[in-house]
Parts: sequence; C-alpha cells; structure tokens
Amino acid sequence: MSTALVTDLTIFVLALLVGIEVIGKVPATLHTPLMSAANSIHGIVLAGALLIGLTAHNVVGYVLAFVAAFFAAANVVGGYAVTGRMLKMFRRKAQPPVQAATGQAAVGGPPSTAPSNGHGA
Amino acid sequence: MDSFTTNIQLVYVLAAACFVVGLHLMNSPGTARRGNQVSIAGMAIAIVITLVLLIHDGSVTGVGWTVLIVGALLGSAAGLYSARTVQMTAMPQLVSMFNAVGGGAAALVAIYEYIHDESAPGGVLGATSVFTVLDVIIGSVTFTGSLIAAGKLQGIITGNPITFTGGRALNVALAVTALGTGAFMFTTASLPALLILVLASLAFGVMMVLPIGGADMPVVISLLNAFTGTAVAMAGFVVDNWALIVAGALVGASGGILTKLMADAMNRSLANIIIGGFGTGDTAVAAAVSGDVQVRSIAADDAAIQLAYASKVIIVPGYGLAAAQAQHACAELGALLESRGIEVSYAIHPVAGRMPGHMNVLLAEANVPYPLLKEMDEINPEFPRADVALVIGANDVTNPAARRSGTAISGMPILDVDQAKSIIVVKRSMGSGYAGIDNELYFNPKTSMYFADAKKALAEMTAAVKTLVA
Repeated sequence: MSTALVTDLTIFVLALLVGIEVIGKVPATLHTPLMSAANSIHGIVLAGALLIGLTAHNVVGYVLAFVAAFFAAANVVGGYAVTGRMLKMFRRKAQPPVQAATGQAAVGGPPSTAPSNGHGA
Repeated sequence: MDSFTTNIQLVYVLAAACFVVGLHLMNSPGTARRGNQVSIAGMAIAIVITLVLLIHDGSVTGVGWTVLIVGALLGSAAGLYSARTVQMTAMPQLVSMFNAVGGGAAALVAIYEYIHDESAPGGVLGATSVFTVLDVIIGSVTFTGSLIAAGKLQGIITGNPITFTGGRALNVALAVTALGTGAFMFTTASLPALLILVLASLAFGVMMVLPIGGADMPVVISLLNAFTGTAVAMAGFVVDNWALIVAGALVGASGGILTKLMADAMNRSLANIIIGGFGTGDTAVAAAVSGDVQVRSIAADDAAIQLAYASKVIIVPGYGLAAAQAQHACAELGALLESRGIEVSYAIHPVAGRMPGHMNVLLAEANVPYPLLKEMDEINPEFPRADVALVIGANDVTNPAARRSGTAISGMPILDVDQAKSIIVVKRSMGSGYAGIDNELYFNPKTSMYFADAKKALAEMTAAVKTLVA
C-alpha cells in the first residue's frame, strides 16, 4: 500500500468522524437545509469533472467531461441556491405583513432581506 | 510532489475546512445562513484553484475548455432555475435530483479515468483500483435510484411499492453481476466488463427503489444522500484529491446519521424498508377497536370555542397538511390564536413530511417563527398541559396503538397527542393511514373529528374564531 493511499485513507476516516460529530449537533428543525447543504458540498465533484479536461483529447473524453461538468455544476449551484432560499425563511419572529417595514423582521436572527415570495400562498 | 502541487493540495485543505465550519454553523437557525456562506466560499476556493491547476498544466485543449465551460454554465443555469422555482413541498424531489446528478458525475469521473488510457493510440486500460469499482457501482446506483425516488415523489411513478414475482431474485442477480464483474476487473482490464458493471449498477438502482413505498421516502432520500457522498469520496481516491475525499466523507456521515434517525423514527430497520413495503407482508393485525364505538364529529363553531378559550394549543401537522397546501392557512390560525395570548406550539414528528425536517421548512415558509417548532422529545412532556391538541393531516404518528405490542406500528415513537385535555382531528374521512390500521386516537372520548379538507377546515376555524372574539 502506497504512502499516498494511506494518507488518503487517513483523511477519509478522520473526515467521516468529524462529520458524525458535527452533524449530530444539527437540530431536527434544520434537517432539510442540512441535507440540502450536504448536497451542495458533494457538488465538489465538479473539481473532479474539471480534472477530466487535463487528459480528454477525443470525443469520448469530451462527452464524458461535458456531462460530468453539467451534472456537477447543476448540483453545486442549485444546491447552494436552494439551501440559501430555505434558510432565509427561518425567522425567530413572524415577519410583519409585506406592506409594513421589512427591515425589522428578525431579532437576533440574520437580517431579513426581501420578503419571501410566498410560493404556494 | 513539487511545490506547486503541494500548494494546490493545501488550498484544497482550506476548502475542506470551510465545509466543516459551514456544517458546524448549521447547528442553530440563527447561524445557519452564515454556515451556508462559509461553505460557498470553500466551494469557490476549490473550483478556482482547480481552474488554476488546469491553466498551469496547460494540457487542456481548446475543445476541452469549451466543453467544460459550456457544460458547467448550462448545468449552473439548470440548477439555479430549479432552485429558484421549486415549491417547498417539492423539495424532496429536488434534493433527489441533486443526489442523482452528484452520484452520476462521480461515476463518470471514475468511468473516464478507467477508459482514457485505453482510448489513446496503443494505450492500455487504467489500473483498476477498488475505489474505481466502488465509485462506478455506488455512483450508478445512486443515479438511477434517485431518479426513481424523484419520480415517485413527483407522482410520475406511483408512490405505492412496485413489486413483482422474481423481483428479489433479480435484485440479487444484479448485485452479484455487478460485484462479480468488479472483481473480474481487478485481474483483467476490459471495456465490456466496465459496461456490464455500469449497466448492472444502473438496473440495481432502479430495482432497489421501485419496491419502496412513498412514506418510506425520508429514509430512502437520506440513504441515497449517503451513497452520493460515498461515491464522491471514492472519486476523490480515484483522482487523488483531498477536497473530494473530505467533502464526500462529510456528506456520507450526514446521510448516514439522517438515515438512522429516520429509520428509528419509524421503528423499522433499514433492511426491512429496502426489502419490503409496509403491510405488504403478513403484519396486518386487526385494530383493537370494536365496531360499535362511535366517533364524535364537530363543527367549526365548536372547534373555535375550544381553541379561542384555551390557554395552550399544540398543533400537530402531518403530511396531509402539506398535501393539501394548507401550511399557510395553518400558520394564519396559529398566529390568530397567539395574538389572543394563547401559547401555541407545533409538534413535529421526525417523519412528518417526505424528507427529514420537511415540515419545518414548510411551516417556516408559511411564516411560523422557528422557536415555535418543537421536536418530538421536546413537546411530548407538554401534551398533558395542552388544552387542545389540533391534529392536521397526521395519522400513524399519533396512534396510541404504537405503545402496545402486536400492531403494525408497535414500538414506533409517537407524539403523545392523547394526553392533551381535548383533541381535534382534522381529516377528510375515516380512511386509515399508511400503516393500514385504525387510529385509536379517533375513538378517544376526548377526541372530536372535523371532517374536511385541511385547507378548508383551517379557513373555517380561523373565520369562526374571528367571529367569536369580535
């Protein structure tokens, strides 16, 4: 077994343990955003997709690179966007009606920007 | 390792650290948004440094750049569009789609690494490592499995378990084929073997999810999430990239924990969920309710009186609430009661919804402040103090039969709704829940049934409370 492989395995195991420790503390209230955030993080496979470009010099390589880049980019961009959209909805206090001042909605929470679009309302 | 490569790896470590910190900040709703931003920063760093590496290496062809950039831009646009437009009720489908493309991309990375040497003139197939094989198998299974899960959630494929004779035998055959081919590839490099491996894994993904019922989706999505993470970590081994290994391990851990939480919340083992649907076996047990017991039904005015003069109300939302798109009507009633000084909280069962934490997001979208959203362990001791428990679209998770042995849901953790001083259940009919058994809660003398669509019932109750207190 090569040193590089041992290093990689060490990193993998430690990261797994760190993940279990950190994620065990996330409250159930946030489990959907958590899963969505984890989803965006595995979008890092985009880096792997880009690396295909280093050696892709024929049609098969180009097709695989294109599909992999498409998939991974959809994963990473969509994942972060939807996680942000969800987290914006979690407020400590109920948002005042849309006509009222929108700047004072959250106390202790993140500053509220535009009111949610009220999907499905 | 020359100093340039070393520096690149260090930057990947920085990106990985950002992911860990980002996830850590998700431990409270107040800091979660910052966590997401830290995570985005880590991702940006990782992608930029990868581009630097590509430019420095100089071996990417013009076509290669075009393919990568156009692919990434189109993918980003597709991802952004779906993220912006998705309804919160459809979140499980979207997460499933992201699982699919993530797993698919990871499988493609390994497939490419395997074949690219061979396709060069006079070249040979890449050395097969256990990671390549695992990446292809797990990534492919995740890809088709997640597509089927998304199809079921979207209603394109029926949410009922789809089983047929020989289904299990076929599953075993596919698994054996995939693993056998993988083992064969260690000894002999072969493109046809790779093709068989991919096809068997893709078919296995379909066959694994088809027999799983709609209400088991929280477990399945979590499991596929863990698979995607693992596939990405394997891709990290294949291309020797620490950022992929760490990120994949983190997601694997997250998916694994959520899978266990969801399975525990339904008191079912993972094997039980994967192998067979609920109630499809011989578990059907007659409920202990005899035929002559009558349920009591209630009208909006009476419900309004109970609610308006309560001092503590616990609302118990279930998937039926989301299915009826009634979360906004529910939040409106809750806010009205609160404005009368009534203590209102929401009891959220871990599997309320179609993915972990789904109900919280739906209620947050409907403008319910998150401190009112209570987890099961937190709210259960409060039920005896509640004047009214208002159950909307939740069934099996409130059934006291779970406390007895010998029923289809025995041992499942439930919300102690029957401990409340009075109970109002909003339900369209007396139809049974997913487990296919009667809910004994409905026959409790303290329970009144409000037979109506959730959205309509909530609007009527809100109007009645307003009239009453005007």
